[in-house]
Amino acid sequence: MQLNIILAGVGGQGILTIASVINQAAIHKGLHIRQAEVHGMSQRGGAVQSHLRISARKIYSDLISRGTAHLILSVEPLEALRYLPYLAPGGKVVTATDPVVNITGYPNLEAIFAELHRTDRPLLVSAAEHARQAGNIRTSNMVMLGAAAPFTGMTPEELESGIEKLFHKKGADTIDMNIRAFRKGLELSQQQASDT
Amino acid sequence: MNKRLLLGAEAIALGALDAGISGVYAYPGTPSTEITEYIQKYSQDHHSPVRSAWSANEKTAFEAALGMSYAGKRSLVCMKHVGLNVAADAFINSAITGVNGGLVTAVADDPSMHSSQNEQDSRVYGKFAMLPVIEPASQQELYDATREAFDMSESLRLPVLLRLTTRLSHSRSIVESTPERPQNQLNPIYAPERYVLMPHNARRQYEHLISVQPRLEEFSKHSWLNTLIPGNGKTGVIAFGIAFNYVMEARELFDLDCPVLKIGCYPLPRKKVEALFGMCETVLVAEEGYPVYEELLRGFFGGREIWGRLDGTLPRTGELDTDRIALAFGKHVNYGLPIPEIVSNRPPELCKGCGHRDLFEALNIVMSSYDDRHVFSDIGCYTLGALPPYNAIHTCVDMGASITMAKGAADAGLHPAVAVIGDSTFTHSGMTGLLDAVNDRTPVTIIIADNDTVAMTGGQCSSATGTRLIEICTGLGVEKEHIRSIIPLKSHLDENITVLGEEIAYEGVSVVIAQRECVENAARKKRNTAANV
Repeated sequence: MQLNIILAGVGGQGILTIASVINQAAIHKGLHIRQAEVHGMSQRGGAVQSHLRISARKIYSDLISRGTAHLILSVEPLEALRYLPYLAPGGKVVTATDPVVNITGYPNLEAIFAELHRTDRPLLVSAAEHARQAGNIRTSNMVMLGAAAPFTGMTPEELESGIEKLFHKKGADTIDMNIRAFRKGLELSQQQASDT
Repeated sequence: MNKRLLLGAEAIALGALDAGISGVYAYPGTPSTEITEYIQKYSQDHHSPVRSAWSANEKTAFEAALGMSYAGKRSLVCMKHVGLNVAADAFINSAITGVNGGLVTAVADDPSMHSSQNEQDSRVYGKFAMLPVIEPASQQELYDATREAFDMSESLRLPVLLRLTTRLSHSRSIVESTPERPQNQLNPIYAPERYVLMPHNARRQYEHLISVQPRLEEFSKHSWLNTLIPGNGKTGVIAFGIAFNYVMEARELFDLDCPVLKIGCYPLPRKKVEALFGMCETVLVAEEGYPVYEELLRGFFGGREIWGRLDGTLPRTGELDTDRIALAFGKHVNYGLPIPEIVSNRPPELCKGCGHRDLFEALNIVMSSYDDRHVFSDIGCYTLGALPPYNAIHTCVDMGASITMAKGAADAGLHPAVAVIGDSTFTHSGMTGLLDAVNDRTPVTIIIADNDTVAMTGGQCSSATGTRLIEICTGLGVEKEHIRSIIPLKSHLDENITVLGEEIAYEGVSVVIAQRECVENAARKKRNTAANV
C-alpha cells in the first residue's frame, strides 16, 4: 500500500487537522508516514498545501512527485486546481465549493468548476452548508475528510477513531459534532459512488 | 523505544533533550522556530529543568549557549540561516576557543525562500569556521545525529553545526527515541589561554583548530551519515543531506541503477568520494542549496565529468525534488494536468482586523502630503504592508535595517525619513541603530509597530513590549515629548494621522509606538484559556 495525498487550502482553513486525523489512523495501522507542511509567511491567508504520504514501505521523499498523487483533497475550489500537475492518471479530486475570496481577480466560480470537471469524476462538496447542519461551520474540514475517506486507504472506522483521538481533550460534544460532519461528507461520497 | 510523529525540527529538539542539554537558546525564525517551541512545551509538561526562553537575537543566543558550554553543560542554539549572519562573530570565534560542554548549533536553511530573503547555504559557514557539519536526511536521522552531535562536540572540543532545510524541518515522520541521558554537572573550565582571544592566544588556538582538522575527517570517514549505496550504472550520484531522499525516490520510481554516495557529515570523506568516482564515468552532484561541493569537486579546471547545478543539469537555484533528479537522468516526468490559466496567485496578507492595517492606512494618508514617500521597513508581519492594497513600505533587507537605513537616507538629505519596525525586531537589532540616530541628532521618525508578540513566526514572546519600549527609547536618549503612543484602530484614525503627521514633520529623532495586540495572538490566548478550563 502506498498513498500520496495533496491537501490544499488557504492559510488558516485547518488542512493540518485533516492530516492529523489521517496520520492517527495510519499510525494505528503501523504504516510509514511523511507529511510536509507549510509554516511561516504563507500561513497568513496565502495558498497552503501539505504533502501526505503513507506507505507500508519506507518512504524517502517528503514531497510527492508530479503525476503521482492519488488524491487532491482541497478545502477551497481554486486551490484544488493549483496542484493538478501532481495528480496521477485516474487520481481523484475532492474539493469544497466554498470560495475564499481574498484576492483581486478571483476567477468566476463556474469557470473553476468547469476546470475541476476536466478531472475524472471530481467530488464537489458544499462543505460549509453540511458543516452547519452538523452543528458548527468549523467542522467543514471534517465534512471534507468524510467525503475523501474512501480514497485515503483508511476505513471510515479507522478515521473516526482518529477523530476521537485528536479531539479527546475537547470533550464528547466536540467529538460527536466532528463525527457527524465526517459522516455527512462520507454519505455524499457514497452517494456519488452509487450514482454510477 | 518510544515512537512519536514529529516534525524534523521537533526531532532535533527531542534528540537534544535526550542528549541531556541544560539549555536551548534561540530567536524565532522560519523554518527553525519549532525546535525551541518543542523544548519549551516539553519543559513545561515534564517540569524539566531545561532553560528555554527566547533570546533577544541570534548573537545573544549563541553567546549564552557558549557560556553554558564553558560552564560544562550541554547547550543547543537554533536559528534560521540568516540568523547565523547575526551570530557569525560569536560562531566563527567559538571555533577558535573551542567548547567544554557539548554545543550544537542547529541552523535551518530556506532554499526556494519560502519565508526568507535569500537562500544562503550554512554549510559555507561550517567550512569558513572549520567546524564539523552534519546534515541528516530524515527525521529519525535528525534525532539520532543530534544526540550524537553532543558527544562529538565534547570529544572534539568544538561546536558542531547541524544544517537542515525547510522541507525536513517542516515535515513529519515517526521517530523512535531512546532513554535520556542525564545533564552534565556544573564544571566550568579555567582556561584563559583558550578563551581569552588576544592575538598571542588566538594564534595558538587557530593553529590548534587547523591541527585537529584530520580528526574531523576521521569522524566523517566513520560516520553512519556517510554511506555508499552500490549500483551498476555508469552515472553515480553524490547526494548531500535531504537531496539523498529525492535521489532514492527517483531511483525507485524510474528504476535507476546508479550507485549513490550519501553525505550527511562533513568534511567530505575523501576515500568514499574516491570510491564513487572510481566506479563511475559521470557523477551527478545533488546538493540542496549552493553548489558548494560541486565547485570543490570540479576544481578550477574542471576535468572530470561532473553534472550538477553549475552546468545546468540541475537548476541553479531553488529546492530540489524527485522530478528534478529524474530530469537530470533524462527521464520523462509525467506532469499530470497543467495548472489552468485562471488560477491566480494567492499571496499572504495581513489578517483581517490586524492593527498593522490601521497603522498603514494612517501612515499612507500622512505620507501622501510629501513628494518623497520613502518608508524604510523591516522583517515581520508588517512586511506584508509592501503588497497591495497598502504598498506602504519600500524596503525590507535584514533585521533592524529600517532604522539605520532611514538614518543613512536622512544623512543624505532625504526628508521625511521614516522607519517601520516591529517590537521584536526593534529589540533584536533596532535599538543600537536608534542610539546612532540619537547621537547624531538625525531627523528620522521610527514607528514601532508593537503587537506584543513575534507574530510572523506564530506568536512567540517578544523581548520587550508596551511601556518597556517607551523606557528603552527614553533610556537611549530620545526626547520624551517625541516618544508618542497611538492605538492603531479605525476609530482612532484622525488622531493617529495627527500624531504621525506631527512627528514625521519634526526635524529630530522621534518615535511613534503603535500599540495593539496581534489578533492571532489574542485568539490563540483565548483558545488556550478555554482549553485549560
